[in-house]
Amino acid sequence: MRITQGAFSFLPDLTDTQIAAQIEYCLRNDWAVAIEFTDDPHPRNTYWSMWGHPMFDLADAAGAMQALRECRAARPGHYIRINAFDPSAGWETVRLSFIVGRPAVEPGFRLVRREGPGRTLHYTLESYAVGRQPEGERYAT
Amino acid sequence: MGANEHVAIDTKKRYQAGVLKYAQMGYWDPDYEVKDTDVLAVFRITPQEGVDPIEAAAAVAGESSTATWTVVWTDRLTACDKYRAKAYRIDPVPGQAGQYFCQVAYDLDLFEEGSIANLTASIIGNVFSFKPLLACRLEDMRLPVAYVKTFRGPPTGIVVERERLDKFGRPLLGATMKPKLGLSGKNYGRVVYEALTGGLDFTKDDENINSQAFMHWRDRFLYCMEGVNQAAAQTGEIKGHYLNITAGTMEEMVRRAEFARDLGSCIVMVDLIVGWTAIQSISHWCRENDMILHMHRAGHGTYTRQKNHGVSFRVIAKWLRLAGVDHLHAGTAVGKLEGDPMTVQGFYNVCRDTVTRQDLPRGLFFDQDWAGIKRVMPVASGGIHAGQMHQLLDLFGDEVVLQFGGGTIGHPMGIQAGAQANRVALEAMVLARNEGRDILNEGPDILKAAAEHCRPLRAALDTWGEVTFDYTSTDTSDFVATPTAA
Repeated sequence: MRITQGAFSFLPDLTDTQIAAQIEYCLRNDWAVAIEFTDDPHPRNTYWSMWGHPMFDLADAAGAMQALRECRAARPGHYIRINAFDPSAGWETVRLSFIVGRPAVEPGFRLVRREGPGRTLHYTLESYAVGRQPEGERYAT
Repeated sequence: MGANEHVAIDTKKRYQAGVLKYAQMGYWDPDYEVKDTDVLAVFRITPQEGVDPIEAAAAVAGESSTATWTVVWTDRLTACDKYRAKAYRIDPVPGQAGQYFCQVAYDLDLFEEGSIANLTASIIGNVFSFKPLLACRLEDMRLPVAYVKTFRGPPTGIVVERERLDKFGRPLLGATMKPKLGLSGKNYGRVVYEALTGGLDFTKDDENINSQAFMHWRDRFLYCMEGVNQAAAQTGEIKGHYLNITAGTMEEMVRRAEFARDLGSCIVMVDLIVGWTAIQSISHWCRENDMILHMHRAGHGTYTRQKNHGVSFRVIAKWLRLAGVDHLHAGTAVGKLEGDPMTVQGFYNVCRDTVTRQDLPRGLFFDQDWAGIKRVMPVASGGIHAGQMHQLLDLFGDEVVLQFGGGTIGHPMGIQAGAQANRVALEAMVLARNEGRDILNEGPDILKAAAEHCRPLRAALDTWGEVTFDYTSTDTSDFVATPTAA
């Protein structure tokens, strides 16, 4: 399967040129650019690990692209995403988030059903990769 | 008629038993200085032939505040000058003979805090049936910060909704299940599952899906949530289905809401026809239960569409933002349902701004400070398809749910393919816009290029690419000249 979180997962994986263009868009909007990675891509896993702090004062995309290359090299077999954070009043939240790196094989999720009273069901998602291996060893590199 | 008919007369004569002009009773005051705490309303009035427009405006102010048709001495037991609404300005409507925009100010103390029911009972309770007026329309309102702060507003709001869903930087995608009526719960859940797995974020019950013989509500909820969770497992994304909890009584509505919550649904929906009190109650319930509240504006066309009589949807949108809904159907401009593009953009601004500025071409008469009340996510639904993606993104930006019902379920290659086509078209268009491309002009080329790696998008463009709904709008702002059909 292909995890389709983020704004551009239905398109072919973005090239570095395309990623840089999106970062430039974020900078034009005065958004801070952040890189995050994880090997637990559960949709409710809000807090991926931060690759350094959000970059608040970038002049252009080059610095962020350099950081992304370093993150990829240090964290193979991980999901990597770029978040753009808007600190302006009334937003103060992420305004764009897209995946820029993913493991070669994505085993996906098992839907666990627990029967309750009547015909009710309680649903849980379990990641096959997370269940199989500890952190850092979950995906082939 | 004499000018003195427009002047409030002195107190002694004012309270002699009998019938006076409303203007003479003090409901017309062209020198009135609007206070920051006043509730303001602008009505479009069409006086009956022979009725003086200023007197008609004064009557609107009177009948929507303290007046009755005759003088009553009991006025003198109150600070009646304060409680009287004041019509303070009147302008002929450009290009519409016999129509006038009249502006009325109401003192804040006329209204109960946190009650749309009370606000509407005053403002639209009586005047629309008033005989001297041929027609009357409430065009816009300014709700003072002091009053806005008495409402809790949307239980979730755009920012928190996106954080909960983990979806940023693009419009959300939805679809209403079709056929609207007649599917069994099991078949209905199949459509939910297919559409969400294919790439949509939300699916939706239609306004008239409640608990009919062909599908009782519990069955619908159970099968829909099976579809939602299956789709989440297969995509790794959070998915939702707007479970319509509209029911015959408030108690039953809450029972359905609780069942939706217990099954793990992130969102419920109600129809506008449940009424203001029910809307505010379910909004409070949603706030207590971390639930997104989707509002389907069922029935609004009966009073919003004709511009000489009724209530403009921009006013309904303001009331709903105060009452507290998270999603609100606000039109598509390009789809099958009524909506002049500028007028529809005005509705979107009302939903999404922190401060809405006066913008007469968009029908917005006043500055409106929303005082920190959360933003409402507008929903564009009705006769839209992937081939219009560039127009939709250009008109409405990112903070919108685009709902393609027929445009998903009617896809020649199936429902999943329909959903995928919409999602690919959307992502390709957002990507291109962010890259700085001129999507309005290059849109068709961008879609064509995206279709090269997505056969379902190719099929969608082949099927619907040329479909447009190009009819003249009935509800347009008249403040500036609007083009008319030749």
